[in-house]
Amino acid sequence: MKPSAFDYQRVARVEEAIDLLARHGEDAKILAGGQSLVAMMNYRLVEPKLLIDITGIEGLASIEEKGGFVDVGAAVTQARLMAWPALAERLPLLAKAMPHIGHFQTRSRGTVCGSIAHSDPSSELPLVLATLGGQVVLRSKRGSRTLAADDFQTGPLSTAREPDEMVVAVRFPVRQAGAGYAFDEVTQRQGDFAICSVAAVATAQEVRLGVGGVAGRPTVTRLSGAALANPDGALNAFAWELGGSDDIHATAQYRRQLVRRIGRRIIEEAQSCRS
Amino acid sequence: MPELKTIGRKSISFVLNGKPVVAEVEPRMLLSDFLRQELGRTDIHVGCEHGVCGACTIRFDGRPARSCLMFAVQADGHRVDTVESLATQEGALNDLQRAFRTHHGLQCGYCTPGILMSAEAYLEGHPDPSEAEVREMLSGHLCRCTGYVGMVRAILATAKARKDGKAAAE
Ligand code: FES
Ligand code: FES
Repeated sequence: MKPSAFDYQRVARVEEAIDLLARHGEDAKILAGGQSLVAMMNYRLVEPKLLIDITGIEGLASIEEKGGFVDVGAAVTQARLMAWPALAERLPLLAKAMPHIGHFQTRSRGTVCGSIAHSDPSSELPLVLATLGGQVVLRSKRGSRTLAADDFQTGPLSTAREPDEMVVAVRFPVRQAGAGYAFDEVTQRQGDFAICSVAAVATAQEVRLGVGGVAGRPTVTRLSGAALANPDGALNAFAWELGGSDDIHATAQYRRQLVRRIGRRIIEEAQSCRS
Repeated sequence: MPELKTIGRKSISFVLNGKPVVAEVEPRMLLSDFLRQELGRTDIHVGCEHGVCGACTIRFDGRPARSCLMFAVQADGHRVDTVESLATQEGALNDLQRAFRTHHGLQCGYCTPGILMSAEAYLEGHPDPSEAEVREMLSGHLCRCTGYVGMVRAILATAKARKDGKAAAE
């Protein structure tokens, strides 16, 4: 339960962080809130040789709306985004999902970008980002690129990030006029990892439904027309398609049942709160 | 650019319960271990060492934090408060601590320092919480003795007394 030895550098600018990443690649890890990384280091599931502490980089501390997105910098904690005054108005799905993330005591340090970079298949933030069709902004010495959420997270704890890149921001699309949003999840205890989590965006034409905790990454499907009028068939097909497996928390069958039941309820809830 | 130095120590200085601490630490030293093993303090407890139980909760720049998910080097230049910051120098317990005693909010006391630090941070931002909100806040802590009922009462009673006290003072 003690991490192995590493060097620690606190950096003041993104340029310093990406310099270090360019030089040390896979040996280096970005340290922000540390709520997943340090736990994994304590178990020695990861043994970085260098931690680059980015929490002091001022340029990464902003929450900013521009061009139809809210950009959240890599040093912004979950607690800070939850306290952002415009959250419920501009990002209603996040406002509903964020109280389910960990605990008061972990949201105070855990960052929004950190959770997405860590990309646990049962985490709420990657699911919300995928369901909304958000983006991840990566930087390295080679330049900067922006990936759609769907292209960023490739599987459980795996992403398209190259070893010399760091996530500098994530971009959540702002509330669509007239759309309704809903979120719910099933956990064993408040704040635990989700056995199944469901998020939905309902517009006049369709519902985008995202499910986390079942497949290896958050998975989004679109329902419209007849499939939406009577969604049970489509939800059943989706539940099987996700290919969940048995583990110590739940059976695959139970997970399929949750996708069908919570899916149906969340679709209805999202539709009923369309404005 | 300096080479990686995985062996060796870094100098840190931070403010612990209002008093300066200056030390040299290996980067891999957890903040919880630094407080207990290097400084010999027993006012933080360690249960799980992976962020689940909440026993090690401190306040870091005022915000609640698991000290087992932090390294001592991260404290450099910051402020750390443990449960010892609550009582007066003469050892008189504060109102929340007294309420825990009155309402049987603890039995063995292992979880208590962390819970007190969380509850203090929570009450600052939520001076008038509902029972459900207090329980949600407590979901970040494990207590193997009490069943939580006493501590919920203690926290609610403290919130009410502080509110009434403030109203009376105004
Ligand atoms: S010892 Fe830190 S959360 Fe359990
Ligand atoms: S009082 Fe014993 S663990 Fe809480």
